[in-house]
Amino acid sequence: MIGLYKKRDVAIISAAATKCGEHWDKGIKDLAWEAGVKAVEEAGISGKDIEYLVVGNMSGGMFVGQEHIGALVADFLGLNPIPSLRVEGACASGGIAFFQGYMAVASGLYDIVAVGGVEKMTDVEQEQATTALSGAMDFEWEAYFGATFPGIYALMARRYMYEYGLKKETLAKVAVKNHYHGSMNSLAHFRNKINLEEALSAPMVADPLGKYDCCPISDGAALVILAPLEIARKYTDTPIIVKSSVMASDTLSLLKRRDICTLDATVNAAEKAFKLAHIERSQVNLIEVHDCFTIAEVLAIEDLGFAKKGEGWKMCDEEQTYVGGNLPVNTDGGLKASGHPVGATGVKQIVEIVKQLRGEVERGRQVKGAEVGLAHNVGGSGATAVVTILARG
Amino acid sequence: MSHIAPPAHWRRAKERYRLLGSKCESCGSTFFPPTKVCPKCRRKGKIVQTEFSGKGKIYSYTIIHSAPKMFEKYTPYILALVELEEGPKVMSQIVDCKPEEVKIGLNVEVCFRKLFEQDEEGVISYGFKFRPADDSWKGL
Amino acid sequence: MKVGIVGYGAYIPRYRIRVEDVARVWGHDAESIKSGLGILEKSVPSLDEDTATLAVEAARNALKRAKDVKPSEIGAVYVGSESHPYAVKPTAATVAEALGIVPNTTAADLEFACKAATAGIQACMGLVKGGYIKYGMSVGADTAQSAPGDALEYTASAGAAAYIIGGENLVAEIEDTFSYTQDVPDFWRREGAPYPRHGGRFTGEPAYFEHVIKASKGLMEKLGTNVSDYRYAVFHMPNGKFPLRAAKILGFTTEQVQPSLVVEKIGNTYSGSSLLGLAAVLDIAKAGERILLTSYGSGAGSDSFSIRVTDLIEERRNLAPSVRYYIERKEYIDYALYARSKCLYRG
Repeated sequence: MIGLYKKRDVAIISAAATKCGEHWDKGIKDLAWEAGVKAVEEAGISGKDIEYLVVGNMSGGMFVGQEHIGALVADFLGLNPIPSLRVEGACASGGIAFFQGYMAVASGLYDIVAVGGVEKMTDVEQEQATTALSGAMDFEWEAYFGATFPGIYALMARRYMYEYGLKKETLAKVAVKNHYHGSMNSLAHFRNKINLEEALSAPMVADPLGKYDCCPISDGAALVILAPLEIARKYTDTPIIVKSSVMASDTLSLLKRRDICTLDATVNAAEKAFKLAHIERSQVNLIEVHDCFTIAEVLAIEDLGFAKKGEGWKMCDEEQTYVGGNLPVNTDGGLKASGHPVGATGVKQIVEIVKQLRGEVERGRQVKGAEVGLAHNVGGSGATAVVTILARG
Repeated sequence: MSHIAPPAHWRRAKERYRLLGSKCESCGSTFFPPTKVCPKCRRKGKIVQTEFSGKGKIYSYTIIHSAPKMFEKYTPYILALVELEEGPKVMSQIVDCKPEEVKIGLNVEVCFRKLFEQDEEGVISYGFKFRPADDSWKGL
Repeated sequence: MKVGIVGYGAYIPRYRIRVEDVARVWGHDAESIKSGLGILEKSVPSLDEDTATLAVEAARNALKRAKDVKPSEIGAVYVGSESHPYAVKPTAATVAEALGIVPNTTAADLEFACKAATAGIQACMGLVKGGYIKYGMSVGADTAQSAPGDALEYTASAGAAAYIIGGENLVAEIEDTFSYTQDVPDFWRREGAPYPRHGGRFTGEPAYFEHVIKASKGLMEKLGTNVSDYRYAVFHMPNGKFPLRAAKILGFTTEQVQPSLVVEKIGNTYSGSSLLGLAAVLDIAKAGERILLTSYGSGAGSDSFSIRVTDLIEERRNLAPSVRYYIERKEYIDYALYARSKCLYRG
């Protein structure tokens, strides 16, 4: 039974992220170091206090020829000889790392745990990056037949349009909103606002998804530090409580899904996460969802239970997802504008929720009085999903 | 995809050449890609190989404009989820069809094509693709 | 024991390029090319089609018509082509695998310019008659190469025809075969060279006509038949003119040859050429009618066959698409797309 072995509440005592983007002058170690140092300084702790390190990283091997990322990051953050673990679940690697770190503290095995995520993607040509990312889908029956990641999500989008009447304009509105939020986020990959016309007239990547429907390839890292709630106030005045963190899986390939317009992994993870957190959806003030493509944001809103299947797009169309709207979504700009350093993204999302709940983000995009936030991280086309619910202490 | 070793092509070649899937003789369910266990019958199921008819309908599709290197020369190409008449879905390219002609529900039939060549001197990968079904030959 | 055709199948790619579109690029006079070669347009393969995929499509059609034949009963698979995708690795094994003929079969690729597949039919006839195999399959398939700007560019096309040979359930009996072969450098492609070279007008008298006519005559002499015994005559079609002239020399009427002249609309499909012509005739022939088939391969040789159609043709021919269907199923492309599809420019 999930939740049975939880011994104590867990809090985030610090959270930090690098800026996302093309960091020509920084390698994977530099990025991890930057996020790590920021987080450690924020918590006012010494590296020696950290007992366990989990790092999300999708494909160090293919992006920079570097594996053994757990030990690498522990080494560069000066954390040796503590146990260090690298986890991989494609674009959900960061979310999984958080889920692992949370379990370590909640179960009582460790007190102070660092959860990081890092990806250095721009050292390879776009072609090779695409190749590395396509490793997250079924190689033998999808990639082998010419499928690409935008292509997989385009198949979902096309079917969703057919089933529920979604228009391309609504997808464009998702991109416009995320760029608007991103424009106010000093750590975002893209800080430019775009308009509907630009989004709609951009070149096609995988019809119906154009350039602005797709997230960029970014370098970046993020790191949060967890502690048992009972000692969290030793380190911070504003501990953020982890109400729940749940992971679920589904078929790796899209072709085996029950319904390609639903990410069952998200549905299952969200259902359990809300149950364990004893929180209603109406209590959630903002969500960070995995918008690797604009259609993914629409699906996430539904699969997380904030709208009925087939109706999530209306919230986007009616612009209820802006800061100030009924349900602010991706207040940092999402993967689309703030960037998608794949293995770091899940942790970066947590960082955003933490900062929002503490009231620490730029004024224009701060959700006023936010008490509860949710982060949703997806691997591949939905084979892995992690849903984490956070609340102010 | 990075370099694919010859055995990795060969291992699945029969299934890709002939659209071979599997069937559970206990409950009659068919599967593609071939599976080793029937998810319904579990240990009680008896899985055998089955050749699909190659007829199906487009369940969803996209037109790929940006592709990995070995598929680049085929862009823009149509990638679709095809629902086979036996039930399972396959992911495949649609050929002999203009992008403006493709639509959800279009009847398609299997054909045999080159999937990709890793490079000019490497192994050529062949397998199934689909084309719009055309029964007009029956009158000719 | 009789031997003959149990099933036959055709395949022609969907794309066509008109003579005008090639002529415009090179500044040639399209009208004189059309009348000189007797060609209006030619078939062009898709980027993802090659000799192996063409051969598989034709072979699948042949198997549909040979409906009593189980793939496992086919004991030999030969693919004749001068554009095998691999220099070393048999197209025939790919075809056998794709049709489920594997593993208890022999298979080999054959090369004799445009006549390799008729040599394959002869090999199958021998194996069947000798009792070594129950059925054999020979496929002629090519995605013919031509250097940009060369005269061959107007004719070199793509297509395939497959024949299943056996001793029973025949749609057409092969009464006899006769071959005529000499070493003639009329047309060749050296190992590793991308395009063939040819001897221009030398490909005519001492090459095509010498072999086609001697083989056809040799066959008729051997059988004691004459041109009036045949309802149809089918010859290799390097262009629209040569087969008509060969027919005339042999004493056949245009009417006897015309039904097989697919070259005008699809070009020279090389190893598929005379066998697609035969398939077009089998699509319309009546039981009891006789067909004379003579292939030609540069280098040089001809295989001639005397074929008699059986009653079974009526019920079998409609089990797979006709040659006419494939000829009429087409989409025109311009020279730029053609160049891309032939990879004339690497990209």
